[in-house]
Amino acid sequence: MSEANDRLQGFLASVPYIQFLGMRCELAGDEMTATLPFAPHLIGNTMLPALHGGVIGAFLEMTALAQLSVVQHTPKVHKTIDVTIEYLRPGRALTTYARADLRKVGRRIANVTVEAWQEARGTPVAALRGHFMLSGEE
Amino acid sequence: MDAPENAIAEQARHMVETVPQAAALGFKLVSVGDGRGSILVPWRADLVGDPATDVIASGVVTSLLDHCCGLAINSSKGERFPTATLDLRIDYMRPAAPRAEITALAHCYKMTRSIAFVRAEAWDVDPADPIATAQAAFILHGASAPR
Repeated sequence: MSEANDRLQGFLASVPYIQFLGMRCELAGDEMTATLPFAPHLIGNTMLPALHGGVIGAFLEMTALAQLSVVQHTPKVHKTIDVTIEYLRPGRALTTYARADLRKVGRRIANVTVEAWQEARGTPVAALRGHFMLSGEE
Repeated sequence: MDAPENAIAEQARHMVETVPQAAALGFKLVSVGDGRGSILVPWRADLVGDPATDVIASGVVTSLLDHCCGLAINSSKGERFPTATLDLRIDYMRPAAPRAEITALAHCYKMTRSIAFVRAEAWDVDPADPIATAQAAFILHGASAPR
């Protein structure tokens, strides 16, 4: 277990809402993949059925925060400043995956993009662009 | 309350109380009508986003704002439009107070045949001091195709 993975798993375990979603993350080298297994309480449209748009947005945002916990040496939770979520396809009743790209991590602000997909990475279901206020290192 | 208003209220209650994600988060209908919709989410320990402060997760606010926007769209016509979010932008002004419930109000200010444009705000104590604002566009699947 690397230190980075310890920080990541520590972050995931400490946030109750991440447990509520049922989200997990795996670190392979420096590449993190977030997984959101399908669960009935995540449905927003029972006719299709489809995942709630808010759930997809929240999963993307939590993926960004999880990726930040890998590179930032602090147990504090960073603060979301803004997010723009683009919905590309309905999130079906399937497992969803996401990867974050830290476009820039400055002293105070991080610019992050995240993309989520289900069956094929080439056909993403949603993307997020966001700014995060970094908590100071301890 | 006349018949169309009853229909809107009935449908709104259905949308807020029986959609699985809304029910799982404990959403409560506050008001609906005239292109506006308001929903409240009570604080709960399992919805906390920062264990150091006990503040509700921003992800919960994301779901609340998204759902509230859908409610506002449905309230403006009195008929059910299956909607899908195209784009949602959220600005987080400040963290909510610890252990505070959150209320959101959305306004569908423009609806074309196929697209609805919505703004929303969320607050903990004072509507004039929001914790987050949202701007969103939705596609209306049930609406007739543009001619």
